[in-house]
Amino acid sequence: MIVAKQKPVEEIIEEAKEYDKILLAGCNECVTVCEAGGKKEVAVLASALRMYFMNQGKDLKIDEVTLERQCDHEYLEEIRNTIDQYDAVISLACGVGVQFMAEKYMQMPILPGVDTCFMGVTEERGVWTERCQGCGQCVLAKTGGICPVSRCAKRLFNGPCGGSTKGCCEINKDLLCGWQLIVDRLTELGRLEDYEKLAPIKDWSTERAGGPRKVIREDVRL
Amino acid sequence: MKTKTPSKLEKIIRAGHLAVTSECGPPRGSDAEAITKKAEMIKDHVDAINVTDNQTSMTRLSSLASCIHLKLMGLEPTLQMVTRDRNRIALQSDILGAASFDIYNILCLSGDHQQFGDSPTGQNVFDLDSMQLVQTVKLMRDEGKFLGGDEIKRPPKMFIGAAANPFADPFEIRVPRLAKKVAAGAEFIQTQCIYNLEKFELWMKLVRDRGLHEKVAILAGVTPFKTAGMAKYMKNRVPGMDVPDEVVKRMADVPKEKQADEGINICVETIQRLKECEGVRGFHVMAIEWEEKVPEIVERSGLYPRPVLKTDN
Ligand code: SF4
Ligand code: SF4
Repeated sequence: MIVAKQKPVEEIIEEAKEYDKILLAGCNECVTVCEAGGKKEVAVLASALRMYFMNQGKDLKIDEVTLERQCDHEYLEEIRNTIDQYDAVISLACGVGVQFMAEKYMQMPILPGVDTCFMGVTEERGVWTERCQGCGQCVLAKTGGICPVSRCAKRLFNGPCGGSTKGCCEINKDLLCGWQLIVDRLTELGRLEDYEKLAPIKDWSTERAGGPRKVIREDVRL
Repeated sequence: MKTKTPSKLEKIIRAGHLAVTSECGPPRGSDAEAITKKAEMIKDHVDAINVTDNQTSMTRLSSLASCIHLKLMGLEPTLQMVTRDRNRIALQSDILGAASFDIYNILCLSGDHQQFGDSPTGQNVFDLDSMQLVQTVKLMRDEGKFLGGDEIKRPPKMFIGAAANPFADPFEIRVPRLAKKVAAGAEFIQTQCIYNLEKFELWMKLVRDRGLHEKVAILAGVTPFKTAGMAKYMKNRVPGMDVPDEVVKRMADVPKEKQADEGINICVETIQRLKECEGVRGFHVMAIEWEEKVPEIVERSGLYPRPVLKTDN
């Protein structure tokens, strides 16, 4: 999933204070799972904002809605008939949802309510960690199923570096060394000899470096 | 033995001498004297001088410019190059820049993560890793080609080095990792500072078991402690450093004013012991901000005078 975290409420207040009628829009997908922008978080943020502006003596109208997804036309269309009642929308979807809504409703200010962080997993309740950076050319088959791009702080393809210590990364004792994990997995798989194959120089053109990316499937296009 | 480059370091190693290298860290400013003075102190006692590349991610005068200063003094620099800060265009371009000044040695590194230095909020690059940089230099030198496939006019002639840390984890991967660097094209290796001799000797045994010591010249890294505090700091704070308790204790057990001498003693004893270790082809003496001690260490270790090559070209 895409993992996000809630923005500090002070930052949201700062962005929202010039508006009188605001729609708070959550998303039922990733941000619900990572407890940053689902129905529950929308409700909590709405009361925090109402409370704050009430204390400031400001009459603010805040409505709440949580869409099935904000990265699909279909669900974003659900607010087409109501959106004009508002001065601004605070979207608690990830950056993708925020932008897709902005593209659709050209005259409406759409403010982000979360900081979008990474693609990752729920490691345990309340702890989310990164697993993939969408490099566009997956090498997991060669690295025991552990990603050197997202899990090594230096994105080394022939790690581990000299700073790997007791299973942890040189940059932080609380961070597992991705290359230790790769070596452990290759050992478990009985494929440690794969470690000695030199990883070729990466083609980063399928990654961020190549500019905004696009995937097209002619066979499923309408 | 035939050499591949005009490198004096390569010639000394191939002639079967124990090589001695040292290093100078460039200043955090633009005063070239900071580097040339350090080089003056050590130049007669070493075969080549490494110049670090923004080590510990602290912004400094560039390694390449410093190497040029040394070259203009008639010395033999080793350009340290990390992949942290430059993409493949900049790396290849700087390699050519160094080659244009006839810098003949390069040490290929990935580099410490930027969070250790003065720019923790900066980007890192890591377009290549250290092994891929080794491959790149080799391709440029031996095939006269850029990574993009085009031909290089007047290719670089560089003796290719890499680092190895026998003390980092996981230990079982440390020799295979060296094998990988050798396969990539590394011709000399400078190791992490050695304090745990047993572990280093075990690593060397595994290196010999695979015959790697015949394919690559391993220069054992040593760094003298100035104080007991430094020993403790390196033990506890520097990732990938292995300082055994008894070494820290040895430093702590002598009075403060004698600790620097004790640090030098430990360093000299380490070199003397490792001179006997099969496969060690020289020493890399890293006296951090203590370059004036390098001559004493080299002399007391019986590595002075340095060999003079007959045809110096
Ligand atoms: S190799 Fe690329 S696609 Fe595969 S998990 Fe890593 S970042 Fe994602
Ligand atoms: S310690 Fe491990 S995860 Fe961290 S930079 Fe080095 S190889 Fe990568």
